Amino acid sequence: MIRSKLFFKGSFDVLPLLIPVVPFGIILGAIGIELGFSPIETFATSFIIFGGASQIVFLQLLSGGASSIITIGSTFVVNSRHFLYGASLSEYLNKQPIGWRIILSYLLTDQAYAVSNIYFDKNKVNDLKHFYLLGSGFTLWIVWQICTLVGIFLGSIVPDELGLAYTIPLTFIALLVNYFRKLDHLILILISGSLSVLLYNAPLKSYIILSSFTALFIAFLIIIFRKGKN
Amino acid sequence: MIWYGIFISGVLNFLTKFLSLSYFDTSQMNPKVKQILSYVPSAVFPAIIFPGIFLDANGALDLENNPKILASIIALIVGVFSRNIIATILTGLASYWFIIFI
Repeated sequence: MIRSKLFFKGSFDVLPLLIPVVPFGIILGAIGIELGFSPIETFATSFIIFGGASQIVFLQLLSGGASSIITIGSTFVVNSRHFLYGASLSEYLNKQPIGWRIILSYLLTDQAYAVSNIYFDKNKVNDLKHFYLLGSGFTLWIVWQICTLVGIFLGSIVPDELGLAYTIPLTFIALLVNYFRKLDHLILILISGSLSVLLYNAPLKSYIILSSFTALFIAFLIIIFRKGKN
Repeated sequence: MIWYGIFISGVLNFLTKFLSLSYFDTSQMNPKVKQILSYVPSAVFPAIIFPGIFLDANGALDLENNPKILASIIALIVGVFSRNIIATILTGLASYWFIIFI
């Protein structure tokens, strides 16, 4: 009883965060088809990789002729932020049996993390709180899979003239809207962005990795510099 | 090749989460690592955004009569003020279609 209650509370709390997930999932499915992948390959990225932004990077690089190492490396860089989520929830979940940790790790996403972190923080003593993450994570997962399928279907009927490829940069602008006002983030955005244009023709389509790592190095310098000032 | 990439990327993404969730308790983690990871979106996403806007299909710089630049500026302004992801995508796409079709 209490388990299903927690599961549904997680599902319910994550719902508002799913509003942008729906168009993003549809865009992803449509882009996969537009870039020349088969429906089953496009769907497999959602089922197996299961990380929205990273799937777009994966499809874009591979269709652009990047090597597998570069594609896998760039996808990994985009997903590296998940390390932060796992580590942040670790104190609540690292005593769970391995089966639970496998399922919860697979289902852990930006949105499920956002609501679970708040809930876990407020309910430190509740032994069943992993059902909350199961509910929020599973709800996002099922919505993502369905939206990908809808996008795959739409992608095969939408005409090329609509310029669907433009939805890729547009979606990522939308994902960054909270960062443009912060000076440190704005500096990184401009550095990484300009570098990626300059390095676009670098060998092996390495421009995403090269510009990301340079920007992260600048971030490291910013952190050191701030520390020095305090 | 495609399937091989999908599986490896999937396993890596899973392991990133599984290993951190199982073995990296934040209370014992170097705060610098945590801070750097919080910059990952701002470091990675622009490398997808900028080429998608400023380069043409052949990878050449395209700054004149490029409808994507104006549409993106409009989307950015709406995004920064509304902080709404859907509103940002919809105004960007609407502006883009308006410029190319009208």
